[in-house]
Amino acid sequence: MNHFDYVRPASVSEAVAAASQPGAAYLAAGTNLLDLMKGGISRPSRLVDVTRLPGLDGIDHLPDGGIRIGALVRNADLAHDPDFVSAYPAIAEALLSGASAQLRNAATVGGNLLQRTRCGYFYDTASACNKRQPGSGCDARDGESRLHAVLGWSPSCIATNPSDFCVPLVALDAVVEIEGRAGRREMALDALHRLPGDQPERDSLLDPGDLITAVRLPAAARGFAAHARYLKLRERTSYAFAMVSAAAGLRIDNGTISEARLALGGVAAKPWRARPAETILVGCRPDATAFRRAAEAALASAQPSGDNLFKIELAKRIAVRALTLAAAGTPARMAALPASPFASATGARHDA
Amino acid sequence: MKLSIGLIVNGAKTEVELDDPRVTLLDLLRERLYLTGTKKGCDRGQCGACTVIVDGRRINSCLALAVSLDGAEVLTIEGVAVGGRLHAVQAAFIAHDGLQCGFCTPGQIMSAIGLIQEGQAGDDPERIREGMSGNLCRCAAYAGITEAVLDAQKTLHEANQRRSA
Repeated sequence: MNHFDYVRPASVSEAVAAASQPGAAYLAAGTNLLDLMKGGISRPSRLVDVTRLPGLDGIDHLPDGGIRIGALVRNADLAHDPDFVSAYPAIAEALLSGASAQLRNAATVGGNLLQRTRCGYFYDTASACNKRQPGSGCDARDGESRLHAVLGWSPSCIATNPSDFCVPLVALDAVVEIEGRAGRREMALDALHRLPGDQPERDSLLDPGDLITAVRLPAAARGFAAHARYLKLRERTSYAFAMVSAAAGLRIDNGTISEARLALGGVAAKPWRARPAETILVGCRPDATAFRRAAEAALASAQPSGDNLFKIELAKRIAVRALTLAAAGTPARMAALPASPFASATGARHDA
Repeated sequence: MKLSIGLIVNGAKTEVELDDPRVTLLDLLRERLYLTGTKKGCDRGQCGACTVIVDGRRINSCLALAVSLDGAEVLTIEGVAVGGRLHAVQAAFIAHDGLQCGFCTPGQIMSAIGLIQEGQAGDDPERIREGMSGNLCRCAAYAGITEAVLDAQKTLHEANQRRSA
């Protein structure tokens, strides 16, 4: 690990000023950052510890029916908050399907949003990686690429965003509150993460010094609570990143879908909101035919980036399965294995 | 850069002078306080051998900077037995053969204590396995570990009921 200065600012404005210096990085729990620093992938010259900043660790219900989640709320605390679980069950399920209990106890909401890709070539400093070292090339293209992107990738980078949390958040129109050098602003979570293009080193639209202070969900996000699921396929049943995941939310009135939300994880450099699929579903009966049509639309522009053609059909099936589970209704109790396709559930086809 | 931090480790107030902010909680426990029960396995947050309880929550001590935890209360494997009497989770690991080589065991035990305190698993072995998935055991003593956690949870629950009765 490289040497760095450590500062612990007392206020958000002090933090922004301290982190606006070149080479500075924010430190929250550090569960991803310290790993990156130990591997020499990130080499910040200054760590700005935000863990003591006041006012960033609350879950606040807003007068308009929305909710604001402070950036320092720990992943486990959010996932086990009874009000939050009943209003946003797919988000809780996604959180509990990620990492391990120890990591969820430490990792923060803001840190989850800004975690870096787990592409093996990004982590291996002996490999060429345009995200780690711009212009060096991409060894993933001719390497082990089974887990890489099938949507929105570019010849310079085929890495995926590893967050589970972001997938239902983006489906439910989450908004990110940011404090920066020019003051406070906000942006849709869907706009926060970038596709690689020819600048894969930039994961997000944040500028130096920008600090995520909260994530907000609009009142309408609660409307999907009765029919919301997150489903995650991975190479082992627990404590693994998604190969493909899907967050589905439905509003069903008189046997017809009146509103639909679908987002995919593990397929692109950002959580992938599938709006064309949502449009198709409105007015349909919640059945296998409609779900398959929606899944086809969600993956219409998908292309293999390497040895991962199978992920396109897999993503369609996971989308169909997530929609089927959502239509069957949110279970009263979280499955023992959150988001696992191996958990039994009424209405789900286990061969899908 | 001198950094002075205070921790409460296994109930005892401890002041540590750090000459470098890079020290993790794991390295502080092992190399400065000589509490070597907490193990360094992968040092990257993947194996769980370094699990300790900080302010009531189980975390990977290898991925926590000590300087950031100034003022925290830390419980390690050295602090769980009281007056020479094993903690219920320790006793259950012995009774159920929840170990073979023993390297992962301190982390397993700290993680199990955390899991039981979190109160999420109930008596469902599948929930116990999911709740313990952050602790790898390369001897694969998982069956015994799951039994031990279930048994210890029952023992602790019964003890709590007796206390409140």
